[in-house]
Amino acid sequence: MVVTTQALLRDWVTRQAGPERGWFESQLARLEAGASEQTLHLFLGLVPRRLGKADLQLSAEDLALAERCHPGWHPTNWSLDGAARIAGLLAFRGKRPFAAVFKDLVRTADARELIALYRGLALYPQPESLAFEVGEGLRSNMRAVFEAIAHGNPYPRDHFDIHRWNHMVLKALFIGSRLAPIVGLDARSNPELARILIDYAQERWAAGRAVTPELWRCVGPHADSAAAYAALERALGGSPAERLAATLALTSAGTDQARHLLAATPEMVSRVDAGQLGWDNLSSYEAA
Amino acid sequence: MFIDPHAHMISRTTDDYEAMAAAGVVALIEPAFWVGQPRTFVGTYVDYLSALVGWERFRAGQFGIRHYCTIGLNSKEANNEALAEGVMEWLPRFAIKEGVVAIGEIGYDEQTPLEDRYFRAQLTLAKQLELPVMVHTPHRDKKRGTSRSMDVCEEMGLDPSWVVIDHNNEETVRETLDRGYWAGFSIYPSTKMGNARMVELLKQYGGERIIVDSACDWGISDCLGVPKTARLALQSGIAESVVHQVTYQNALTVYGKSGQLQEADWLDPPEIDQRTLFEGNSILRGGREPRVESAQPRRHRDLLIE
Repeated sequence: MVVTTQALLRDWVTRQAGPERGWFESQLARLEAGASEQTLHLFLGLVPRRLGKADLQLSAEDLALAERCHPGWHPTNWSLDGAARIAGLLAFRGKRPFAAVFKDLVRTADARELIALYRGLALYPQPESLAFEVGEGLRSNMRAVFEAIAHGNPYPRDHFDIHRWNHMVLKALFIGSRLAPIVGLDARSNPELARILIDYAQERWAAGRAVTPELWRCVGPHADSAAAYAALERALGGSPAERLAATLALTSAGTDQARHLLAATPEMVSRVDAGQLGWDNLSSYEAA
Repeated sequence: MFIDPHAHMISRTTDDYEAMAAAGVVALIEPAFWVGQPRTFVGTYVDYLSALVGWERFRAGQFGIRHYCTIGLNSKEANNEALAEGVMEWLPRFAIKEGVVAIGEIGYDEQTPLEDRYFRAQLTLAKQLELPVMVHTPHRDKKRGTSRSMDVCEEMGLDPSWVVIDHNNEETVRETLDRGYWAGFSIYPSTKMGNARMVELLKQYGGERIIVDSACDWGISDCLGVPKTARLALQSGIAESVVHQVTYQNALTVYGKSGQLQEADWLDPPEIDQRTLFEGNSILRGGREPRVESAQPRRHRDLLIE
């Protein structure tokens, strides 16, 4: 049996909807049966009032199903009302192209709606037609709106050109957002991004400010072309988290020069080689 | 804890947000209004309403203040018929957004036929959507304009207990209260109503159905109007219970009828809000007693700019 993202969302919402389950199901049926855009607007407005704003409760199996259904889709940290709104949008069969409906929704959305609308990006019909609105969302000063696109969402990996991708990563750094939840962070690393990030690190250091160790993850594979060794050597001499990040980055570089630098931290290198340390361990090092 | 039920934060700075939070303002209501010059496109009005439910709500949350708003076509811009017609089409969509606690501020400015038409149309909308109403009373020909506003509300079948008549003064308050409406008072330096006058009114009328607000906007106004009035009232011997009514509870009661405003929003916010849209409610969490004195904007305390 093929499970669709829409069916998953429906399931998750209905099992958590309590007494409002019937309301939710009948609304989806109306939206599927060709209801007007006005009905859609009303549904989107009423969802938090009817279902509440609790966190969407998902198990490890749910998340695995999500990944199988749509690779790269990580609906962690979602809310019940957000999931219900996206389920409604997916059920809706409008007369206008989806992009036109979506543009209109973004234009009048409240903060919470914006987050939900952008979290669903990868799941909508003709997702590539939403490029303009996505750009607006990336430019948002509301961090949660930016992260609705950047985190746990395969849309950037699958639809961004290299320029937009690089600027998304850079903006994440600028606003203090984490890089690890960006889907496709390793797969889409590129020499141009590595160069930009080295410049960024130099600028921060010149101002006497720290650089988040996560940055080296995007630099490592292009250490040669980005002339990154001096910067990586400096990071290697920094905090434990910086040392780990630089070690991982140099390991991914795999060049002679990288191996030469790694000779300074044999113990950490052996733990990395043994698979005991990876990028996932970085946040615990930062906290320490 | 205070609620400022009338504050145009889109015209204010982050210093103001900091000062309000430090003084104990936990929630505020931003009525849709005239921004100082007329909008000439429907689209600019739509974007303004969108900012009220989106950006400004988020901005307030960054300072640990819950932001609500009212949606409406104000009386001045009701006189541009083409604009007004366009805006009216968009209003229902905005009126059901999260955190919209009333239709407002609506009513009269020069008391023209167009103002009257759109006032009535929006009262109908409020009834349909079961939302409270915030009525802006005119600055000129105030007494008659205020009476007329209430006449029209009744003609349109509104329940006075769902309507706040705002910008009251000594001349209008008696009738507003006698007819069963909520009476808002905007504490405005030098013009509308100073807080010493407000304290005198509280001595005379008590706290029932009276609401104090700052109405701070782009003009000379004080975003600490509510906490300062509370402090002056307490110093002048007004009972604490009365001060609580007029600076917190009454606004919560009437705008709470929308279903979009409840104490839990700031006392016990949903976890997901804490992570995304609402930060730094440390005033409550730390159990610190909010004080007006501590409301010194950061820039006055620190010489270093970082």
